[in-house]
Amino acid sequence: MALPPVEELKAQIEAGVPGASATVIPNGSPSAQHSLLLDHAHARAVAEFLRNHNEWRLDYCTLVTGVDWPDTETSEKIKVKKLVKAADGTESEQEVDEVRKTKVPGYLEAVYHLFSMEKKHGQVVLRLRTRNRTDDTHVPSLTPVWRGAEFQEREAFDLYGIVFDGHPDLRRILMWDGFKDYPMRKDYVPPADEIPVVETHS
Amino acid sequence: MADELKDLKIELSKNGIFTTTLEELYNWGRKNSVWPLTFGLACCAIEMIATTMARYDLARFGAEVFRPSPRQADLIIVSGTVTKKMAPQVVRLYNQMPEPKYVIAMGACAISGGPFRDGYNVLKGIDRYIPVDVHIPGCPPRPEALIHAFMTLQKKIDEQALAGSTRPRHLQKDLPSEFPVPAFGEHGLEPPQNNDVFHEAAGNPLKVIQ
Repeated sequence: MALPPVEELKAQIEAGVPGASATVIPNGSPSAQHSLLLDHAHARAVAEFLRNHNEWRLDYCTLVTGVDWPDTETSEKIKVKKLVKAADGTESEQEVDEVRKTKVPGYLEAVYHLFSMEKKHGQVVLRLRTRNRTDDTHVPSLTPVWRGAEFQEREAFDLYGIVFDGHPDLRRILMWDGFKDYPMRKDYVPPADEIPVVETHS
Repeated sequence: MADELKDLKIELSKNGIFTTTLEELYNWGRKNSVWPLTFGLACCAIEMIATTMARYDLARFGAEVFRPSPRQADLIIVSGTVTKKMAPQVVRLYNQMPEPKYVIAMGACAISGGPFRDGYNVLKGIDRYIPVDVHIPGCPPRPEALIHAFMTLQKKIDEQALAGSTRPRHLQKDLPSEFPVPAFGEHGLEPPQNNDVFHEAAGNPLKVIQ
């Protein structure tokens, strides 16, 4: 049996795992690889549900990766009523254009790609999001469900700083232990003394 | 004076008398028996291996004996990408080689970081930590380029003086034969370069001096 569309998956997950909530993240590109955003509290239970499901058997996690979504700022023009002083000294209420800026906090994301070796189908894409990019970068680890995720979660921890709670051996894997930065984050700046000085003729 | 001696030598050889100097004899021996270290880092190493095999045959130049120990090697061919994690080991291998010792930096990565120069994990040229004798551009350089680099090194060895102020490093007691091994820092290697070795204008192809 082939995998159902992602909306059907979401409905079955929410019916099969009590209390779990999954959000469909649509993918507008032609590939239409829609994904499911899981909540932290039930992510592990949902993962086990997907792996053990009799018809789906998503027993193979091919990929774990990180995505950095930086803080963004949206600005919108709104009309505000304000007291405006005219040239002759009289005050009157008028509508004035103002730009309101809203800061949207960023987050880090762990993405899992699931396939089934047994049923020969796939893929299902799961996402887990941290609360922010600074002090709460935790997501639950899915290594206890798919052992193959171990090194890739370590890599996401190493390069993005996503902390996987419940990971059996969460250490840096590519960079050395004393390294402090997360080089794949979008705001990473390499050490200044390594950047070449390029002087050109003006 | 040197030219007069050379002319005299040629003149003598025309009359069946062979003359040489200790320096010439010594360098002739050294340059034709350079033992490289069995050491490769990335895809350039595959070209280095090809250079030693039958088709290109580096043995013609007396460098077929790749030694598995730095204690027995004269030349380290830095063939490939030097990651920051690997750089201390490369410097340590160089330090373990006995003098006189030579370095060929093979390929874009080894001379400057190459395509990974803007990355966070690759050293921007091994000449930041150890003195390089011959740089080879290319990605990867063909075996002919390595042979050319090797011939360039042979020429360099041939021209080294045994005495006088221009004599090479290994004949000057006060010059170092070992160089500091960089340490893993919080943001990168510390120090980012050894200023006694690294000459930015020469070693940095991106720097344009006005």
